[in-house]
Amino acid sequence: MANVSIRNLSVSLGDNEIINNLDLDVTEGEFLVLLGPSGCGKSTLLHSIAGLNEVADGTIEIGGQDMTWADPSQRNIGMVFQSYALYPTMTVERNMSFALRIKGMPAAEIEHRVRQAAEILHLEPLLKRKPSQLSGGQCQRVAIGRALVREAGVFLFDEPLSNLDAKLRTELRRELKLLHKRLRSTMIYVTHDQVDAMTLANRIVVMRNGCILQIGAPSEVYEKPENLFVAGFLGTPGMNFINGKLAVTAGTTAFVAMPLNLDLSGYAFRQPPTAGRAVTLGIRPEHIRIVPQGSLQGVICLVEPMGNHQIVWIDCCGNMISSIVHGVIEYRPDQPVRFDIDGSKASLFDQAGEQRL
Amino acid sequence: MSHSTAATLRIRKLPSPARIGVYAFLISAAAFFVLPLYIMLVTSVKSMEEIQLGNIFALPISFTIEPWRAAWSSACTGVACEGIRGGFLNSLAITIPSTILPILFGALNGYALSFWRPRGANLLFAVLMMGAFIPVQVMMFPLVRILAMLGLFSSLPGIVLVHLVFSMPVMTLLFRNYYASIPQELFKAARIDGGGFLRIFFQLMLPMSVPIIIVATIMQVTGVWNDYILGLVFAGRDNLPMTVQLNNVINTTTGVRLYNVNMAATILTSLAPLTIYFISGRWFVRGIAAGAVKG
Repeated sequence: MANVSIRNLSVSLGDNEIINNLDLDVTEGEFLVLLGPSGCGKSTLLHSIAGLNEVADGTIEIGGQDMTWADPSQRNIGMVFQSYALYPTMTVERNMSFALRIKGMPAAEIEHRVRQAAEILHLEPLLKRKPSQLSGGQCQRVAIGRALVREAGVFLFDEPLSNLDAKLRTELRRELKLLHKRLRSTMIYVTHDQVDAMTLANRIVVMRNGCILQIGAPSEVYEKPENLFVAGFLGTPGMNFINGKLAVTAGTTAFVAMPLNLDLSGYAFRQPPTAGRAVTLGIRPEHIRIVPQGSLQGVICLVEPMGNHQIVWIDCCGNMISSIVHGVIEYRPDQPVRFDIDGSKASLFDQAGEQRL
Repeated sequence: MSHSTAATLRIRKLPSPARIGVYAFLISAAAFFVLPLYIMLVTSVKSMEEIQLGNIFALPISFTIEPWRAAWSSACTGVACEGIRGGFLNSLAITIPSTILPILFGALNGYALSFWRPRGANLLFAVLMMGAFIPVQVMMFPLVRILAMLGLFSSLPGIVLVHLVFSMPVMTLLFRNYYASIPQELFKAARIDGGGFLRIFFQLMLPMSVPIIIVATIMQVTGVWNDYILGLVFAGRDNLPMTVQLNNVINTTTGVRLYNVNMAATILTSLAPLTIYFISGRWFVRGIAAGAVKG
């Protein structure tokens, strides 16, 4: 187990600056997820921690030791890649023992460690097979096993589930979470999939254009996004955004976008609200409740049944608002409905800076 | 209705004019290559009296393998009359190291260029490729001077070194393109596992390179075996390859021109590449296809 501490990191690939002056601390035993769209620099950051990229500036400490210029093999890390990267000419067993054999570890110890990892990952029957004889899920478990036998301080995952089909993904995701619970080792996990991030992470780091936009627990990032980008990136369907203005009358603040007038007395403003400020209101679909006595009204234009819930899209004065509805009531398109918005659960963003207010 | 099906069936049994044309072309193309070989084979097992009758397409009346024996062990190459047996052994001695070393170094070059990407690697590769386009003759004299200076001129190591140098562009290109199709992540995983430059090469990359090694072997063996000018200039008197000896056999102008011996000697000389092709034709196509798709 080891912590990772990154200071003022800048990384350039060719002439492009991918990461500029980034700071990040990963505590011991934490499951940290780097989340962002493709090209945001999350993989580059991970590869820099692994020592596979050259760093332009800054320092990377792993387990309290400066590893900025250390060889990848000296960094006490194990890494799992999206394409599995198994050595095709070696059996599963030899794939897993490759690093230990290079280290010159005694054969008995290698054998013991490989058996142990194979047991944890249910790979015992496959040890003599070649990677070409394995399915995608098995390949990725071998890749995890290869990182496991090294008993590394930090595990790095580079989109490990992205090549798997939906069912295998959820299975392996659960296995990974159990593995972390069992090993309690530090894990850094890169993904563009918000479900991976929400389910696995102790903390999520949302990145865009080489910068960290927000760091926080999954619930925090989901419920209190720091800015418009984070708000829109997390959640399916995405957060509803409505542009409008703030109105302050007699100590109470309201969001106004005619005919919508939402009381914001339950909202925790970071700075005193100013009247007339142009803002964007963000509401999660689950915070829009369709009720007969609702204060707002609109017309249903689309219903997406999802089995255990349905997504109802409501046309409200030109805004398409999605609402997640649990329960047995069946809604039809073109049906007029009334609904309420929970103002205390909403997020407000400044239209100019796109930051949370 | 049944009548019309019968009609189509009958038409199908007759080849269409296009198909007849294709076959005619293929047969004539095959004949173009097979006929000379046939004449060589037939001539090599005839006696000189029979050849002088002038029926070059006729099968031998009295079959003899004497010309083959003569070509192998007693034909005159200039002054000496020991056949091309010595040339065969010389060619072997030149071809074996001139195949193994270029493949090893070409693979190492390709590996370094594809995965380690040192600064200036692309420039280095471009310069190397330019070397492939400069005619050998241009470099001949300077190379003779350099080898003489190194004391390697007219020696087996000398001719092997020359073959090594001239094969580097193509070998490097071949392996570089092959390795370009191997995912970088594989290399990165091996780096994290602690593999160094040589260990990753020998334990990971080389075992994965079997198809391209076979292609390179075929190219190198045929290239070196068929080489004439480099062997003539650099190998020296004691190491003259088979091709040079064959030329001497055929051009020795004392007495009658022994067509049957010449034919036998020629077939013997071309036997090595021919064998390689027969054994590995399948691999050759597969390897070229594998190497050519990417990069």
